[in-house]
Amino acid sequence: MTSANYSARNLVDTTEGEISREIFVNEEIYEQEKERIFTRAWLYIGHESQIKNPGDYFVSKMGEESVILTRDFAGKIHVFLNSCAHRGMRVCRYDEGNTSAFRCPYHAWTYKTDGTLIGVQDYDNAYQPPFDKSEWGLVEVAQMANYMGTIWATWDKNAPSFEEFLGEATIAFDQGLCAWDGGDGGTELLGSVQKWVVPTNWKFIAENFSGDWLHGVSHRSVDMIRLGPSGEVGRRDDFGQLVVNGFPQGHGILYSVYPNRKERTEYAMSPETSEYFQHCWERRLKNLGEDAGTCPLVGTIFPNMSFHAQQPRTLLVSHPTGANRTEMWRTYFVDKEAPAEVKQFLREYYMRYSGPAGMTEQDDMENWNYASEASRGLIARQRPYHYKAGLGVGAPHEALPGVVTEQPITSEQNPRFFYKRWADYMDLGSWDELRDAQTSRFWEKAS
Amino acid sequence: MTAATLTAERLAYLDLMREVEEFFHAEADLLDEREYDEWLDLLTDDIVYWMPMRKNVSYRNRDRDTTAEDDIAWIHDDKETLIKRVKQIQTGVHWADEPISRISHLITNIRFVEPVSSLDDGERVTTKCRFLVYRNRLESETDLLIGRREDTLTRVDGKLKVARRKIILDQSTLQAKNLTMFF
Repeated sequence: MTSANYSARNLVDTTEGEISREIFVNEEIYEQEKERIFTRAWLYIGHESQIKNPGDYFVSKMGEESVILTRDFAGKIHVFLNSCAHRGMRVCRYDEGNTSAFRCPYHAWTYKTDGTLIGVQDYDNAYQPPFDKSEWGLVEVAQMANYMGTIWATWDKNAPSFEEFLGEATIAFDQGLCAWDGGDGGTELLGSVQKWVVPTNWKFIAENFSGDWLHGVSHRSVDMIRLGPSGEVGRRDDFGQLVVNGFPQGHGILYSVYPNRKERTEYAMSPETSEYFQHCWERRLKNLGEDAGTCPLVGTIFPNMSFHAQQPRTLLVSHPTGANRTEMWRTYFVDKEAPAEVKQFLREYYMRYSGPAGMTEQDDMENWNYASEASRGLIARQRPYHYKAGLGVGAPHEALPGVVTEQPITSEQNPRFFYKRWADYMDLGSWDELRDAQTSRFWEKAS
Repeated sequence: MTAATLTAERLAYLDLMREVEEFFHAEADLLDEREYDEWLDLLTDDIVYWMPMRKNVSYRNRDRDTTAEDDIAWIHDDKETLIKRVKQIQTGVHWADEPISRISHLITNIRFVEPVSSLDDGERVTTKCRFLVYRNRLESETDLLIGRREDTLTRVDGKLKVARRKIILDQSTLQAKNLTMFF
């Protein structure tokens, strides 16, 4: 690993809440991010429901690079670099499907779904002595994890386990992905992945979903036209009081806490959906008791995976493809056990809320696009961004994980944690150093 | 074609085709001139306005290159949602289209899927065409969205209306940052 040409910590001052614009616009820093962050951190690849059967595959990305998520004929899940060992051609060029083998269209090298090289053109005649095919399989990730059906991977064999990487944010992730009644019914993906290109730096997106609750003006238009699923003013139904939770691993969650005794009347536009969620709420009160009203609204798992846990429920990966270009991949999820008409209503609500045609998301992307664009100039770069909201307020909480700031105080603590961790990854070469950085009373420096 | 072969049926077909062409051209003008309330009047109250996504598939699976009707799409709207989209633009604080973009719709290759020579009130006819939607906003931001459209037209009180629109964009990973425009 090469060493960085600058100190990221000099660009990210989370104690003062000032962060240099260079980290959003500088191409050299972006090149360093590809190595320091995207070859080391755990990255979201896909969902096991996308590869239910042996031979199923789904093509995903890790940073800029194409990878194949597949299930071999023994039922084991793998993540491979989508590049032939012989001359580098993509061995899989379909978005998804089922296959017995990946056969390269360039020179016909052929790999089993467990990555083993099984076919080489003219192997018997051309290679004397024969080379060992077992050494020339597809490049596989160093570690892979299946967490509640979500598949994650890292290229770094020294990276901590996925559970350690998640840290206390595990609780929020569990709460976000579980069935809405808090029981064991589980959730499932709702259809295909939306993929689109946004001219912005990937960190604008990650930061936004880590809990930027100050960007309400972005969405004023959808609040005015009553986009929410009950037809009331707003883009969502009432979700209660907002709380931000930041984590030393760089993850950030925006929670909402709904009073247990207050009636819930969500999804009034669809009687069957409203009835379903009221039943879920009754069961949730039984299953979770005092914690029933506590649920993540949005969150970002460092570096580039974000999720919405309530309205709508979606998973997002912000794959960087340049300092000023990001591919957004968004997929949606619902309770497995929800009735078909409820899934149908949610599908339509999700699509009009999120994605490139989503009336809410469109305005985010405009702001990310032109915030990036207007920060690129030489004069613009000299001025840091301002992340001082709620500075010094966050503290450990008796009931919630992480470092917490509650309404009525608004806070940019989660972006501060995100960028502090970002600087750790950029500056620190070893996982021992990265572990030390996250445990040395980090919250006093960044909260 | 000689006068002898220009049958009454052929003339009726040409008349209907010309009416459809003029309808699509007038519709494009309403959109590009931002007469959105008038545009909404061209859509039936039970319109299905659907823009599926496209996938990279093999020739053998070519019938699956477009997401199915119960799958996630780019857009799958009813009239109520289309009205909300119009109202959103009209708020003046819909930043994705504020300041307003410059948009041109070119509609071409229009044909009827089945032979048809008349369309009475309540009847339906399916048309296919190509669209080219050009958008330019602020200084240099430019999108060129090209694809096919399948429209089911009907006649209500003597006037043509769109009862169903399927928009098949020729992109898999969408190269535009949003789909704020109509098709």
